[in-house]
Amino acid sequence: MRPVATTRSASGMPTGRLAIWWVISSEIVIFGGLLGAYIMHRLAHDAWSEQAAHTNTWIGAFNTLVLLTSSLTAVLGHKAADEGNGAKAAKMLYCTMAGGATFAVIKAIEWTIEIQAGYTITSNTFWSFYYTAAGLHALHVIAGVVIMGIVAAAAKKNQELHRVELIGLYWHFVDVVWIFLFPLLYIAK
Amino acid sequence: MAESIPATHEESHGDSHGGHHEESWVIKYLWSTDHKIIAMQYLFTGMFMALIGGFFAYTFRMQLAFPGESIPGWGMLTPPDYNALVTNHGTIMIFWVAMPVLIAAFGNFLIPLMIGCDDMVFPKLNRLSFQIFFLSTVVLLASFLVPGGAFGGAWTAYPPLSAQSAYSLTPWGAPLWVLAVALEFVAFLMGGINFVTTTMNSRAPGMKMHDIPMIIWMIVIASIIFMLSVGPLVAGAVMLLFDQLLGTGFYDPARGGDPVLWQHLFWFFGHPEVYVVLLPAMGIVVEIITTFSRKKFFAYKATLYTTFAAGIISFTVWAHHQFIAGIDPRMAHIFTVTTLLISVPIALITFCSIATLYGGSIRFTTPMLWALAFIFEFLLGGVTGIYLGAAGSDIYFHDSYFVLAHFHYTFFPIGIIATFAAVTYWFPKMFGRHLNETLGKIHFWGTVIPFNVIFIPLFVLGLAGQHRRIYAYTLFPDLAKAEFQDLRVLATVALLVLLVFQVVFLYNFFVSCFKGRKAEDNPFEANSLEWTAASPPPHGNWPELPTVYRGPYEYSVPGREKDYWPQNEPS
Repeated sequence: MRPVATTRSASGMPTGRLAIWWVISSEIVIFGGLLGAYIMHRLAHDAWSEQAAHTNTWIGAFNTLVLLTSSLTAVLGHKAADEGNGAKAAKMLYCTMAGGATFAVIKAIEWTIEIQAGYTITSNTFWSFYYTAAGLHALHVIAGVVIMGIVAAAAKKNQELHRVELIGLYWHFVDVVWIFLFPLLYIAK
Repeated sequence: MAESIPATHEESHGDSHGGHHEESWVIKYLWSTDHKIIAMQYLFTGMFMALIGGFFAYTFRMQLAFPGESIPGWGMLTPPDYNALVTNHGTIMIFWVAMPVLIAAFGNFLIPLMIGCDDMVFPKLNRLSFQIFFLSTVVLLASFLVPGGAFGGAWTAYPPLSAQSAYSLTPWGAPLWVLAVALEFVAFLMGGINFVTTTMNSRAPGMKMHDIPMIIWMIVIASIIFMLSVGPLVAGAVMLLFDQLLGTGFYDPARGGDPVLWQHLFWFFGHPEVYVVLLPAMGIVVEIITTFSRKKFFAYKATLYTTFAAGIISFTVWAHHQFIAGIDPRMAHIFTVTTLLISVPIALITFCSIATLYGGSIRFTTPMLWALAFIFEFLLGGVTGIYLGAAGSDIYFHDSYFVLAHFHYTFFPIGIIATFAAVTYWFPKMFGRHLNETLGKIHFWGTVIPFNVIFIPLFVLGLAGQHRRIYAYTLFPDLAKAEFQDLRVLATVALLVLLVFQVVFLYNFFVSCFKGRKAEDNPFEANSLEWTAASPPPHGNWPELPTVYRGPYEYSVPGREKDYWPQNEPS
């Protein structure tokens, strides 16, 4: 049974949405610390651009497209949930999950190519940052897909429809992190 | 080492003291989602860890006073032992005592009770938060049992010492230490989100922003500071783990990394962390001082806004820990200014507490003594901090016992004095019984006097140039003088006295839990909502949730028969 506390809304914002914003703000500082450290190091080491030249911008760009498209379906899912259409919301979330999975698979192929070419996490501190930052992001993608599966399964039965919006917020955040990673790791050569 | 083994054992035992219920106490006490039970779990884990941290202090203080002699209860203390004990004393006292007791235990217990609702907004997340915290405790204690022993690179874990096992000689201990700290952060992130969301959304009808008791504000602001500062250290911890386990070079200058990067990431969290534990302590003091002065809290709004200011400034002072780490002197100037600035809001909160006493009808109960001692002792800690915040003098004082004595004069009042204030004040509400007042006062004087006798000599030693983190001063002719050794022995003897007096507290605590005088609902005639619930409050806290009509500090209002005016009493 839910406590009365969960149902109150003294701030005017639903509890779940309020909490997810606090989750996102604490995540922002995690990625902020990591990327801030990377940027400071990158500025101090011009030679890293030679290493960065070996990243594959086209694969990165394609993954950006995949992730942005998956955010679109997350929004459509939210719209369907607002209209009370749980089945459609679930379907849209499944599309988003497929996008997330595609992203992860492409990432795995990309890393395999790079590791076979000899660029591993220990070969240079640029690559250490590359694998750490993209890896931490990929973990967030995978976690998001798993949680989305749980939310979608409930939404299909028209239960807990407000959660569709919450997982969508989180998904957009994961997207935005990638929007920072892509230029920093791929485009800046 | 044998000391660590009973840990988990003691733990589950400790939890069973939470209260009385008829059915299956495993479900009721170990798997409960009730905020009060989770508070007890944090409290007892914290108390248990305080005993371990205190025992560690005993072992290395004995080594410093009587170098090379066998220590009762430990045996011969080797240099690696010494390093591991000092490191884990600091780690435990801050992350496994001050944080879980001040924020997690009292936050969990007080937030729903003081804002008038039946539980946290996410009870299951709350339970998960404690379980992860408990796991982190087990990981930390287990690091004493692995080959090479526990991590010994100081609680700040500076690389390269922490990053490479060739230097630290603890191939297992160092990664386990990082893992334990990271798990604990995850636990407190979950807890913090719960605390902030609960306070923002679940207040009783009628409780406006300025009707929230100061302790709740302080816990919430502390949680927000924690959430917004810990991220970079989480990232830094991942990088440190990779350096330790995979062989990356994030902190290795030979490979394009930078050891000072860790210092920035650590202190970007580490200094706000001081305020994360300080603010709840100050909130506790405010509650107790108003109740036992029978006076309205002086300048509620000024204190509230100044606390926000302190929270913001706390993000801009971190590099004062790095004045000798090779940072640019112009940067050092900036951080000197911000560091001296932050003493202004903290001084203001302290003065408001003192001003509350003026003209009040003061009752010298045990919690009041602790609260007053907090102000007095913390003041000394704050004033000595000015010498360290100014880059010019810090270059001389850095890494000396002056620094050590300074931060013990801040953290001991926070983690020990304020905690005892809170435990003695809310004990009747938590357990439905009174503590023994005479024993409480004996314990108070037996703790506060030795505390000063421990650390005043250490200030003197620090001024004389005694370095921190040294295994045996006999190896340094300049520091091996007899008059220095006398001061070291004095500090150690005072520590022994302090530790012995803790037995009085433990006796008082556990005996009063079961045999103390029964407490009425509002034994101190206080205003805030928790005193309108039964002692101890049942699951759900109130049969009918309260409504709020006024602020929490309406004491001695002219024209009223009683000198207090509960928040839920219609006018």
